[in-house]
Amino acid sequence: MTASTMAPAERGARSRPGTAEPWAGTLALLRLYLRLDRVRIPVWTAAVGLLVAGSVASMEEIYSTPESLQARAALMANPSAVMMTGPAFGLDNYTFGAMVANELSLYLLLAAAIMSILLVVRHTRADEEAGRLEILRALPVGRFAPATAAALTVTLANLLVGAALVVALVGTGMEAASSLAMGVGTALTGLVFGAVAVVTAQLTEHSRAATGMALATLGTAFLVRAVGDVIDNQGSWLSWFSPLAWAQQTRMYVDLRWWPLALSAMTVVVLLAVAVALSQRRDLGAGLRKGRPGPAEATRTLLSPVGLARRLLRGAFLGWALGTFAFALACGSMATSLEDAVVEIPELGEWIAVDLDDLTSSFAASMLSFVAVALLAFAVSAVLRLRTEEEAGRVEAVLVTGSSRLGFLGGWLGCVAVQTLLMAVLTGLGLGLGMWAVTGDVAWAGRLATGALAYLPATYLVAAVAVALYGSAPRWATVTWLPVIWVAFTLFLGTLLDLPSWAMDLSPFTHTPLVPSADVEAAPLLAMAGLALLLTVVGFVTYRRRDIVPG
Amino acid sequence: MTSLAIETHDLTKSYGSTRALDGLSLRVETGQVAGFLGPNGAGKSTTIRILLGMLRADSGTARVLGLDPWSDAVTIHRRIAYVAGDTSLWPNLTGGEVIDLLIRTRGGKPRSRRRAELLERFELDPTKRVRTYSKGNRQKVALVAALASDAELFLLDEPTSGLDPLMEAVFTEEVRALRNQGRTVLLSSHILAEVEKLCDTVTIIRAGKDVESGTLSQLRHLTRSTVTASLRNPAVVSGAPGVHDLTVENGHVRFDVDNTEIASVLRLLADAGVENLTVAPPSLEELFLRHYGDQVREEVTTR
Repeated sequence: MTASTMAPAERGARSRPGTAEPWAGTLALLRLYLRLDRVRIPVWTAAVGLLVAGSVASMEEIYSTPESLQARAALMANPSAVMMTGPAFGLDNYTFGAMVANELSLYLLLAAAIMSILLVVRHTRADEEAGRLEILRALPVGRFAPATAAALTVTLANLLVGAALVVALVGTGMEAASSLAMGVGTALTGLVFGAVAVVTAQLTEHSRAATGMALATLGTAFLVRAVGDVIDNQGSWLSWFSPLAWAQQTRMYVDLRWWPLALSAMTVVVLLAVAVALSQRRDLGAGLRKGRPGPAEATRTLLSPVGLARRLLRGAFLGWALGTFAFALACGSMATSLEDAVVEIPELGEWIAVDLDDLTSSFAASMLSFVAVALLAFAVSAVLRLRTEEEAGRVEAVLVTGSSRLGFLGGWLGCVAVQTLLMAVLTGLGLGLGMWAVTGDVAWAGRLATGALAYLPATYLVAAVAVALYGSAPRWATVTWLPVIWVAFTLFLGTLLDLPSWAMDLSPFTHTPLVPSADVEAAPLLAMAGLALLLTVVGFVTYRRRDIVPG
Repeated sequence: MTSLAIETHDLTKSYGSTRALDGLSLRVETGQVAGFLGPNGAGKSTTIRILLGMLRADSGTARVLGLDPWSDAVTIHRRIAYVAGDTSLWPNLTGGEVIDLLIRTRGGKPRSRRRAELLERFELDPTKRVRTYSKGNRQKVALVAALASDAELFLLDEPTSGLDPLMEAVFTEEVRALRNQGRTVLLSSHILAEVEKLCDTVTIIRAGKDVESGTLSQLRHLTRSTVTASLRNPAVVSGAPGVHDLTVENGHVRFDVDNTEIASVLRLLADAGVENLTVAPPSLEELFLRHYGDQVREEVTTR
């Protein structure tokens, strides 16, 4: 080749090898991604805005007097409260703003982080895995353009969510500067986890694994912040290792400071730089971790509906079960702070419980109910995985081999039911072992491992909703996430927002006895189990009659 | 050489311990339809991805339109169109939206008359969502978007997979039209008939290496013709130079003969009292089998 074959413009465009126009076509891709997300992003934005406005308005009504605020402040001495909310600033003179920041910020940060992770993986690894990125990259599109367009999409989504948040807060009469800090903090934290997902998308070939790794990072950040803040309820050295802490450490509505947000911004830059460096060390379509060859022949156990389901769900089950076990272990080990809390703040005793044994028991009960949400999420996602399998045409492939529909569905659901049960025992055991480590009472392990089984009827009930929908209206099956979100919402914010009892009753967790502090009542558990069975039957009957539709 | 649209020399590429390309050389002249023939896993797609600048070769050189495919990817992509063998698209967009997206991102004008004409020829409904398309219809989306462009070079990686014979015929006509307009096409395929029908030159790839390349007539020259004949004295043929795979049955002989030895063998047959004779030219199929059949593999390596 000689220079004469190149037009002058092309020669001008050349610079260092591999860097010619790396961002060409970014705007076109951004337009595409926004088109693909034209429902998703507005829904997240509206949901966050409306939830915040509604929550603040209802809290204003409930906590209208300084006394009620101070009572709420006393509750913050409970480590489980600090764990599930955030660092407690200004407890001596607890203002309404301090309470809003305390109660809502963690959930907003989590929502922004989850949204960002899902969006990033959707536009990076998922496209790459499906081969769509190859189609795009064969167009005049620079090497960094797809990832940059994805990053811009997520940035825009976070800006919108942050803006909705600020509008909702200021609109309900909250102080402007701190509201802005909360909005900016939420958007930046979303971006931090979006950037984490950009990195995990480089590591693995599979979008599911990329999402899982990013969510596991979020879970770890949650745990680190929780443990750190329990050590010192205004944040200890440990808290600062968690990106979730940075946004909360702005001390919104108490003593506003902006600099912790600089940590978030810097982390985003560093993570993106890491992702760029990683992306240059791998091929399109490949991960940094090379796939290993697997067995050439199927084992006997794989060749049955249950065996196939077990194999397909293995990764998800192990991830969820071990992650939740570790989480429960850490939660349980925080029981030690209870004693200190009661000694330091005598009012606490007046506020909740009478003696330390009861307090430890109720701590265990509330922790167990929190970690049980993971059971719900696992069971529902495992049932909904059927939908993914069907869309990809794989259910069809199994059914034409002679598997009966009911046998296939039964095998899958049986596998999910057993895995959920194992996960419940493991979760309770983790919590109990954690408490054993700090209280020295080994009985907790057994009590909580069996106690966790009380959450099975509620879990099966929600999973059965997924089964019924999968059978009768497969396109709507993902709607089952709404009851899951509702359970979490009522559990974490229900009492704070003083939700009406009918709203609380909609959550099956409300009907689950708070073991081990409350006695087990058989009636509601049996009722939920019966309802679960009924819905499962509906699922089976409708599944047998409907079309199997790939795509 | 400005007349080469594609030129690679000694490309190698490994994925871990798997060697996908092992010294591949490929030349495609401007204005030609070049076939790129090989079985599954021979390295066709890997080569095309290197030509697209999506993969970086471990060693060797590659030039596309005189430019380096890795560092000048964007410049090259403005002048080429690519169709993958298994086109994956966005399930929520309609076929028409995807076609416009692909055309416009290349810098072309959507909704041109050409687009409408192609939609009609390929009988594609652009208002349907991609999730409802069959594989063949997804393939048509990619083909329409590529053919509606005014690219100089078309990289088509098994583009007809999933198309029915009628649509394959439409595709064949379109590729011929491209050649008449002076465009260059690299058509990767494992379907011999398709390559035989369309291509000026063929490169055969096997286990990451180009094992044969040239025009179809050059390649045929390298191979053997099949002879069947009835002879009064069949014994004379056995052991003659250039004769392979001889079978004799009731005075009927059937054997393959090196094309370079045809003249001497014909003389031999005449002397042996030939009564009935057919000489079939080698099809590309035989060419192909020669390079992939077990028996011939040894010959290739010992030659």
